[in-house]
Amino acid sequence: MSKLSKAEVENIAQLARLKLMPEETALFQEQLSAILDYAEAVRQLDTTDIPPTTSAIPLVNVMRPDEQHTGLSTAEALANAPDTTDNSFRVKPILP
Amino acid sequence: MTQLYELTIEQAQQKLRSGEISAVELTESVLNRIGTVEDRVQAFISVQADAALDAARAADARRAAGDDSPLLGIPIAVKDAILTKGTPTTCGSKILENFVPPYDATVTAKLRAAGAIIIGKTNTDEFTMGSSTEFSAFHPTHNPWDLTRVPGGSSGGSAAAIAAREALGALGTDTGGSIRQPASFCGIVGLKPTYGRASRYGLIAHGSSLDQPGPMANSVMDAAILLKTIAGHDSHDSTSLNVPVPDYPAELRRSSGFEGLRIGVPRDYFSAGLNPAVEKAIRDALTVAETNGAQLHEISLPHTDAGIPAYYLISTAEASSNLSRYDGVRFGLRVPADSMWETYFETRAAGFGAEVKRRIMLGTYALSAGYYDAYYLKAQKVRTLIRRDFEAAFEQVDVIFAPTTPNVAFKLGQKVDDPLQMYLSDIFTVMANLAGIPGISLPAGFSDELPVGLQILGPALGESVILRAAYAFEQATDWHTRQPEIG
Repeated sequence: MSKLSKAEVENIAQLARLKLMPEETALFQEQLSAILDYAEAVRQLDTTDIPPTTSAIPLVNVMRPDEQHTGLSTAEALANAPDTTDNSFRVKPILP
Repeated sequence: MTQLYELTIEQAQQKLRSGEISAVELTESVLNRIGTVEDRVQAFISVQADAALDAARAADARRAAGDDSPLLGIPIAVKDAILTKGTPTTCGSKILENFVPPYDATVTAKLRAAGAIIIGKTNTDEFTMGSSTEFSAFHPTHNPWDLTRVPGGSSGGSAAAIAAREALGALGTDTGGSIRQPASFCGIVGLKPTYGRASRYGLIAHGSSLDQPGPMANSVMDAAILLKTIAGHDSHDSTSLNVPVPDYPAELRRSSGFEGLRIGVPRDYFSAGLNPAVEKAIRDALTVAETNGAQLHEISLPHTDAGIPAYYLISTAEASSNLSRYDGVRFGLRVPADSMWETYFETRAAGFGAEVKRRIMLGTYALSAGYYDAYYLKAQKVRTLIRRDFEAAFEQVDVIFAPTTPNVAFKLGQKVDDPLQMYLSDIFTVMANLAGIPGISLPAGFSDELPVGLQILGPALGESVILRAAYAFEQATDWHTRQPEIG
């Protein structure tokens, strides 16, 4: 396949919430294109009527009793947070 | 004279039970060994010396009170991708540099319940993404057999620690070979269980349909002892299998060696690109097995060439989703910015290293609108073809013998700028993760003083039969008794 364009790489980075430096964008254009070229081997295989594998060991309807358990305390849940207030995670406004 | 840190888990169990040694003596010996070699090997991200000695004193008190738990007083290293309550767990990433887990992974809790002493957290490629441990955000780890070479990865810290005798056993995680490939490079035993055999609860997620924790050790019996401890159903992991756990060590003690065992030899694995010295070691291993009563059968795994591309499409897609949780809100690094939106971009740009970004990008692309069917769904269909290859093979044979890796340990820096070459070192290991089957790597020879690993694959939940074959090979050879001289 042809090389990924700069705009394509920038769009993927936007979807992935990654800020890239200009040199990273250029490097990923090369490297991701080379990896996707290699992946052509998969795309050439005939998979007509082959179901996808989502889990190697198929399981159906895993259930457990709906019972109350003690979870983490609020203090434990907040202990690793970068910023907290009033027993909550504090973040910048989402809406401007 | 054998130093205490050189004991296998099995030997240490006997000496602790008989009262010949104490857990404190054993732990001090291991800590001294770490003090002697760790500046050169750099297997650990952190060593918990004080906590380990406290745990050793507690273990001695428990034994005095009549406790005989299987790992009571045994120093074990845990990969830093596995949560340890109250002990920093970084997964080799700057984004988790100051993260202290509020709970234990199930496998950690099982180790503690069995009496194990957690001696330290071992180095890993960032978020377990790599095959050399060079993508750790903190430092590379050096192969104890040649300090200028990589230990493999991503569980390179655990493998190097075992080879350098800085722990009696270790836990690793394996998404595409991350236990078996470093075990091969460092000349130790590493086992990836069947998907679901051990709980993934508290493993820092990489590719959730592929990840498994597993044991790393200096003997097959030790791997069996550790596997028995960590295996089993867990209601916290909906994909863990509710199947009884065999007494793997007891099975080995009464096993019948190679007699009557049907071994498959996949012709597709002995192709161009395989180092001739590695091929010779594996062919020699097959001769050992046949001489001791096994039957060899040539088999075909026709979709072998599709393994690496299918694996890297599926694992990166799952990783790109799993790693969306690192957003600077609830835990981990936050780089302050003017808005929440910019905070995400700045935090992830500063917190993730190059390989993690590359894989998030690849996975995001494979899942994005217009490409999902062509890449991710296609790879999942190819995964079915690969599973069927193995199902057909295991109708004819009990186990498959193969190289673990096409080559021995490479030089530090050799592949770090060439992602595709790095990925290709996983060519023989990713298949077991895609098929969900168990695999073990164990020492099978040397090429220019560097270890060669034999990989033994079995059918789903076939841990018993791969351990039996590995144990039979270990008893017929003495490769596992060689130790590196750390220069």
